[in-house]
Amino acid sequence: MSAHTKGSGGDGLKWVGRSIRRLEDPALVQGRGRFTADLPAAHWVRFVRSPNAAGKIRGITAPDGAVVITAADIAGVKKITPMLHKFNYKPVGQPILAEGEVRFVGEAVAAVVAATEEDAEDFADLVEIDIEDAPALVDGRAAIADGAPQLHAGVPGNVIVKGEFKTPGFDDVWTGAAKIIRCEARSNRQNATPMEARAAHAAYDSATGRITLHCTTQMPHLVRTAIADCLGIPESDLRVIAPDVGGGFGQKMSLCPEYVLIAWLARHLQSSVAWTEDRRENLIASFHSRDQYITLEGAFDANAKLLALRANVLANTGAYSCFPTSCGMEPLMAMAEMPGPYDVQQYECLARAVVTNTCTMGAYRGVSRPSITFTLERLMDKAAKAFAIDPLDIRRKNLITQFPYKSAIGLEYDEASYRETMETAVEAINVPAFRARQQLARDKGEYLGIGFATFSERTGYGSPAFAARGMAITPGWETVHISVDPSGFVEARIGSSPHGQGLRTTLAQIIAEEIGVPPQTIKVVHGDTDTAPYGWGTFASRSLVISGGATLIAARKVRAKLLKIAGHMLEAAETDIVLEDGKAKVAGTDREVTVAAMAREAYTQTHRFKGEIEPGLTESGTYDPPGTFSNACHVAIVRLDVETGHVKVERYLVAEDAGRIINPMIADGQVHGGVAQGIGNALLEEIIYDESGAILTANLADFMPPTAHEIPPIELHHMETPSTQSITRAKGLGEGGTIGPPAAIVNAINDALTPFNVEIDTIPATPQRIRALLRNATNSARPRAGGDPGATT
Amino acid sequence: MKPAPFIRHVPRTLDEALATLAEVAGEDGRILAGGQSLVPIMAFRLAKPAHLVDINEVAGLDKLADDGKFLTIGARVRHAAFHEPVTANPLGRLLTYVARHIAHYPIRMRGTFCGSLAHADPSSEWCLTAATLDAVMVAKSVKGTREIRADGFFDGIMSTHLKEGELLAEVRLPLLPPDGKFGFYEFSRRAGDFAMSAALATYRLDGGKMTDVRVGLGGAEASPRRIPEAEAELNGKAPGDAAFRAAGEAASAAIEPLEDHQTDAEYRRDLVKVVVRRALEHSLI
Ligand SMILES: Cc1cc2nc3c(=O)[nH]c(=O)nc-3n(C[C@H](O)[C@H](O)[C@H](O)COP(=O)(O)OP(=O)(O)OC[C@H]3O[C@@H](n4cnc5c(N)ncnc54)[C@H](O)[C@@H]3O)c2cc1C
Repeated sequence: MSAHTKGSGGDGLKWVGRSIRRLEDPALVQGRGRFTADLPAAHWVRFVRSPNAAGKIRGITAPDGAVVITAADIAGVKKITPMLHKFNYKPVGQPILAEGEVRFVGEAVAAVVAATEEDAEDFADLVEIDIEDAPALVDGRAAIADGAPQLHAGVPGNVIVKGEFKTPGFDDVWTGAAKIIRCEARSNRQNATPMEARAAHAAYDSATGRITLHCTTQMPHLVRTAIADCLGIPESDLRVIAPDVGGGFGQKMSLCPEYVLIAWLARHLQSSVAWTEDRRENLIASFHSRDQYITLEGAFDANAKLLALRANVLANTGAYSCFPTSCGMEPLMAMAEMPGPYDVQQYECLARAVVTNTCTMGAYRGVSRPSITFTLERLMDKAAKAFAIDPLDIRRKNLITQFPYKSAIGLEYDEASYRETMETAVEAINVPAFRARQQLARDKGEYLGIGFATFSERTGYGSPAFAARGMAITPGWETVHISVDPSGFVEARIGSSPHGQGLRTTLAQIIAEEIGVPPQTIKVVHGDTDTAPYGWGTFASRSLVISGGATLIAARKVRAKLLKIAGHMLEAAETDIVLEDGKAKVAGTDREVTVAAMAREAYTQTHRFKGEIEPGLTESGTYDPPGTFSNACHVAIVRLDVETGHVKVERYLVAEDAGRIINPMIADGQVHGGVAQGIGNALLEEIIYDESGAILTANLADFMPPTAHEIPPIELHHMETPSTQSITRAKGLGEGGTIGPPAAIVNAINDALTPFNVEIDTIPATPQRIRALLRNATNSARPRAGGDPGATT
Repeated sequence: MKPAPFIRHVPRTLDEALATLAEVAGEDGRILAGGQSLVPIMAFRLAKPAHLVDINEVAGLDKLADDGKFLTIGARVRHAAFHEPVTANPLGRLLTYVARHIAHYPIRMRGTFCGSLAHADPSSEWCLTAATLDAVMVAKSVKGTREIRADGFFDGIMSTHLKEGELLAEVRLPLLPPDGKFGFYEFSRRAGDFAMSAALATYRLDGGKMTDVRVGLGGAEASPRRIPEAEAELNGKAPGDAAFRAAGEAASAAIEPLEDHQTDAEYRRDLVKVVVRRALEHSLI
């Protein structure tokens, strides 16, 4: 279900703003997609992973006949060492295979190479690793406790990143406030669980000595740069290809040591070598996310206006630091974006990342924002309660309504619709009718709750935003080359690298709009470092804004050139020519020429241009924007079974604004998928370590993504505030869906819990946690009934 | 997630199956029925059987018959067989209702009733059903046939008193009295997951009072079993909130709760209280 409210977008546009079918899908839905794991290989690898969370490696014993590679074999290969030049960052290097000691359960200690996957796993089973067990540091708070063991020599106190910020007037405002409200939030650890786990395939070309590495990644160019650095080879000796990618959600934007080893092995064996990760490995050893403790305090005046915010963010970043962003990603994003959509000019923040004996954290859709939005929106609901006002009213008092707005930390917010999306959502959900229903239910011993989450989402930001973090590798811009070939067909080569989100379709729509050919005839080529221009890939809700912007720039150049050629061929003024239906037409006449004829002319009849037009028909565009803020209001209605602690999401509504929407159907899909993951974050998914550092949730029965049964129909309302900070007017919307649900759902749970005087500030809000609160609650209301959560159809 | 190497045997007759089983049982040979528990365990390499005796082609093991006293369920009968009642006796409706709570549709198309019992997951709905109704397990081997009552069959988490070389050839479930009532409730976090606690109750009404009450509990302890303390709260009483609550409380107090990362002992006791009461409430619908 989806409703669109048009702003000034969609004005007279032919292709932009239409729900054309995804050009990617015919191959994918017919099983003709090509994924890394589909490639045949002469050798298969199985990694032997550490069963211990910490300790010195005393020995590794290989079974007879097995090819087993350990750190000693790859001594020349450099460690993965991301760098920040700010925020007291302490660089640590991650060895490709554990060197001398292990630092988390699942760390690759050895690689077994065999002729088949089965053989490799059989041999791997027989490899014995002898580790002198050491105590494990699992929890982020334990890592900074006095006397905690130190994980890395260069990281005293285990604090690897420390950011501090305070506005000059903070203390005065703080002490003068009417009320200080506090929220101690816990965001537990998650795994992004893309449907396709990691996979790599490297082949050696004996003629050139080059390696071609196919891998499932969101950033093929950076994989090439990083692996060439690790192996000490020229980048030109390595070709990286990201074929079809079965989801990444951020997990595939960091460099994994496994890929480095596969490339090394192909060179070493002068052959083809492949590795396909299984789900268990993915859950224990691929990148984790979201593990944060956040204490947030708000100082309010007597009218419930927020005056100052104080945040203390502690991110448990795992054993190493992810490349290229570094583990500063979660805490530093929290620091920059904590105030969200609210007007507050006094701000203090301490944001730290600590290392522990757990799997390294990487990006996951929303990075930090699901956690900080959850905390901030809990704080707002707590404040509303303390002031005895409606949770919506406290938001009305505090949402930013004047644009551009400069946040306390200096971020520039472009025009958005924080109030408007909230009011749209409020009206659509019909709050008074819900309150009446809630009361009736309570009288029967049934507990319903409603929860809101309003948030801003910084998207499509270019290099300045990353430079502000002091990243040694500062991503940001994108380049696109568009050619019309001599046959008249359009091909766009892009540096970004989609992982399933439909970018081929949306970029084709942008090009089609400019040069008047149907998007279905346009090929968007990506993912191959030999054919695509250097680019940064997919992450941070950037591809449509940045790669889309670069596409628009290039397409406008192609358009300009086509108009010139048409003017030449039709002997008309360029201003009289329109490009549509694959033709250039002189307005008001029947004179026209096809794009194909113009293209042929541009390559084969250039002498006719008399030097006035350059031969060929290829243009490029590069775009590096400052960033733009999307926004949304999410509303959840839940039914809480207070006897079991079970939460059923009965209704979920999103009113969102991502500027101009290029393809509404694709936008809806992004929000639907995001909300589904957000429901997992709010209620179900949690990576749990025991005290020894072993993972208790290493399969999909224990780490629990929601199934279709747990996801209600999602109602969408789109508003369009065209962005002034993005030349397509589009804002990013890749992550928004995941950002709102923890806040909206847990606020709704707390609304349902109101009669019991207990509150939950932990995600996931599991039934066990909810029951523990209720068991000790003072009110012992006698509830009834509770649905049938276990049955399937 | 590739299983360790194994040899698969596909016998066509029961005798052949038992003979093969006798031969390979000593070398960690295992029966393969629906494969819905065994195959995942092998993929995780938690089990590495050298031989699998695949019983899916064995003639005669698909028996599913009501002889007026028992419903007999052969080793090849799938969970999905119970999607519709298999007998007019109230047991038919009971099994249909319970079956909906086992996993997901594709798994129910393959997994077998007897495989569930042999696998003996503490949360298995069929194990709970067998324990509550005092099923009779018929085990066969080259040495002969043995009948085992449910209360002597389960032996803790994923363990039974079946002996090496024995095939659980069929299970006999006693029919309910024609006026028998039943109620079932289970709790899991996601649809299709193993129950974190489940209860099954059966009884008759005699002059408005409950009699022949059985209350079985699954997913709460190492093995499913009847809970006499709960039954005692119900026998001779009128069905209703007071008795049902008392039964829930009694069961909750009587158990030795299993603990895991999503269910500590207190929470398990909470759940038991609720599932027992709700199973009883379900019997009134
Ligand atoms: C995602 C998922 C969810 C599930 N959820 C549930 C659930 O909610 N509730 C539930 O009860 N089950 C659940 N199951 C398990 C499922 O019901 C299995 O089908 C069942 O546990 C085993 O039956 P099977 O026929 O598949 O046995 P198999 O997997 O073939 O065998 C299981 C074990 O029993 C032995 N065995 C099998 N048949 C016999 C026999 N006749 N005699 C002696 N030994 C035998 C095998 O050797 C093996 O050790 C789930 C499974 C999956 C994959």
